[in-house]
Amino acid sequence: MPVGAVNCDSFAPEDLTMPVPAPRKSPGFSFAVRQATRPLWAVLGERLLTVLIYLCGISAIIFVLSIFIFVFKEAAPVLFSGRFNLGQFLFSTEWYPTSEVNVRYGVLAMIAGTFAVTGVAMLIAVPFGLGAAIYLSEFCGPKVKETLKIVIELLAAIPSVVWGFIGLTVMSKLIVQFTGAAVGVNVLNAGIIIALMSVPIIVSIGEDALKAVPDSYREAAIALGVTKWQLTWRVLLPAAKNGLLAAVLLGVGRGVGETMAVLMATGHAVHVPHSVLDSVRTLTANIAAELGEAPADSDHYRVLFLTGVLLFVITFFVNLAADLAIRGIKKQ
Amino acid sequence: MNADPNKRFTETPMVRRKLCQEAIAKWIFRIMSASMIVPLLLILGYLIQRAWPSLSVGFILDVPIRGIKDGGIWPAFVGTIYLVFISLAVSAPIGILAAVYLNEYAKENWFNRIINLAVINLAGVPSIVHALFGLGAFVYAAKFGCSIISASLTLAIMTLPVIIASTRESLASVPRTFREACWNVGATRWQTIRAIVLPNSISGILTGVILQVSRAAGETAPVMFTGAIYFKAVQKGDLFPYRLDEQCMALSTHLYNISTQVPGVRESIPFATAVVLLGLVLVVNAAAIILRVWLRNRKKW
Repeated sequence: MPVGAVNCDSFAPEDLTMPVPAPRKSPGFSFAVRQATRPLWAVLGERLLTVLIYLCGISAIIFVLSIFIFVFKEAAPVLFSGRFNLGQFLFSTEWYPTSEVNVRYGVLAMIAGTFAVTGVAMLIAVPFGLGAAIYLSEFCGPKVKETLKIVIELLAAIPSVVWGFIGLTVMSKLIVQFTGAAVGVNVLNAGIIIALMSVPIIVSIGEDALKAVPDSYREAAIALGVTKWQLTWRVLLPAAKNGLLAAVLLGVGRGVGETMAVLMATGHAVHVPHSVLDSVRTLTANIAAELGEAPADSDHYRVLFLTGVLLFVITFFVNLAADLAIRGIKKQ
Repeated sequence: MNADPNKRFTETPMVRRKLCQEAIAKWIFRIMSASMIVPLLLILGYLIQRAWPSLSVGFILDVPIRGIKDGGIWPAFVGTIYLVFISLAVSAPIGILAAVYLNEYAKENWFNRIINLAVINLAGVPSIVHALFGLGAFVYAAKFGCSIISASLTLAIMTLPVIIASTRESLASVPRTFREACWNVGATRWQTIRAIVLPNSISGILTGVILQVSRAAGETAPVMFTGAIYFKAVQKGDLFPYRLDEQCMALSTHLYNISTQVPGVRESIPFATAVVLLGLVLVVNAAAIILRVWLRNRKKW
């Protein structure tokens, strides 16, 4: 670097706001130098604005923390009261919150329901989502790509209550017709709905992951004369596996956290499912269904908040894992 | 460059097998992509067909009658608009400034990583947990009660990540040289942001705002416990039927109520409500897409 050149990285524009020192008056010469000072209100205003921007910047942290604190605060009284047993809460399948003689709060059946629905959804959504991501990034032309991306964006925009309505009216009839199940609202129904809901996120994150593979990998493989399929299977998938894992994890997070669609499409029976045609209830649906009936400040109400804490913790770790997986690619 | 380099050599069985595999893989992936879209179109067609008997402009402008079993959806429609715009008024400034901080001020360090993680988590928190938070924080702790304000604030926090992500992406796409040029003529950081960065990234910011609208319009669970009401008597076509400290009806909760909670609703009404909600969301999203494409074509760099 030549002497006197300004190093751009260390050069911050704040340096320019420093007051320009008054020109030294030397005898005999007199220059009219206009001082580059800004009015006080502008300087203070900018300071204030910077503080405001900083506050907004950390608002996400504040909100996430306050979500946890407020939900936990509502749940805490029952958690630390003698009436409640955390082991029973997590490992019992008996959920009788309104029983007169023997109230029992066990959410294991609903945890099982949540994971059954999410599992079925991922069995459908992962192959289709990743397949579509591969098709988008490697096989199709630019026009098809643009159209598909728009369609996927619109697919992602459909509200969950509309998905639930579709499950309730369309999907349940189809399931009764094709499988002969007694009721159409069950694990399979909710699984298909959640799969359709989480496919867009899997496709878009998966496509990003494939796009992030350096072009030199592709060029090296093509120089060896491979076909696109061999390129995808042998080069891109191993190289992008972290990003693809993140895509799947975000899909799982979506499935675990989905509320309205599963509320309407799972059939709402509290028991551990034995087949995909059983009705279940998920953690989210349970809160949504019973929060309105539980009197405020009752044990039942607080246990529902505790279920919320459980959901928050599950999704937090799923998202954390996805984030770490994405960081993994960026470091490479 | 030759279009198909494999044809230049004699095909060995291995090459033939390779090409065959490629064709099969391509078709499998194509079918997988199509199988996400075709069912969607069929479902949409089915919904519209079932909704057809009720679907009209009058359906939107009418009020529900006979204990919401018949009639229109006007109170719910207006309620949704209230919720969307109030939540937008809260989340747009915070979200845009947060994105400005993340992209323009934040340094690449552990603190920035924590903020990013918080944004991702805020997007990933289940909607029902947002509802619990809204109930605990706004309805009880802040004593707003079940009201439009509580519901809108809950929605605003929930949709914040949408605006942050979209704005941030568009701020990042403004070339660094633009900023350097501005700094070199003596502008401060904020002057640069106001004069150069924000005007050049307005398309992405608008897209984020529009996506926030569509997201907020469709959310059900957070509204259900913080401000939505089963039924409210409203004059037909009344534009300002609610006060901010009142509960309101919303399209999404209305759809949930008439499709699961109330027996004996006229058959086409839930379908028509679903189609209106879906249409609203898709139109808003399509607007975002059109805006983005249009502004991208005008981009000067």
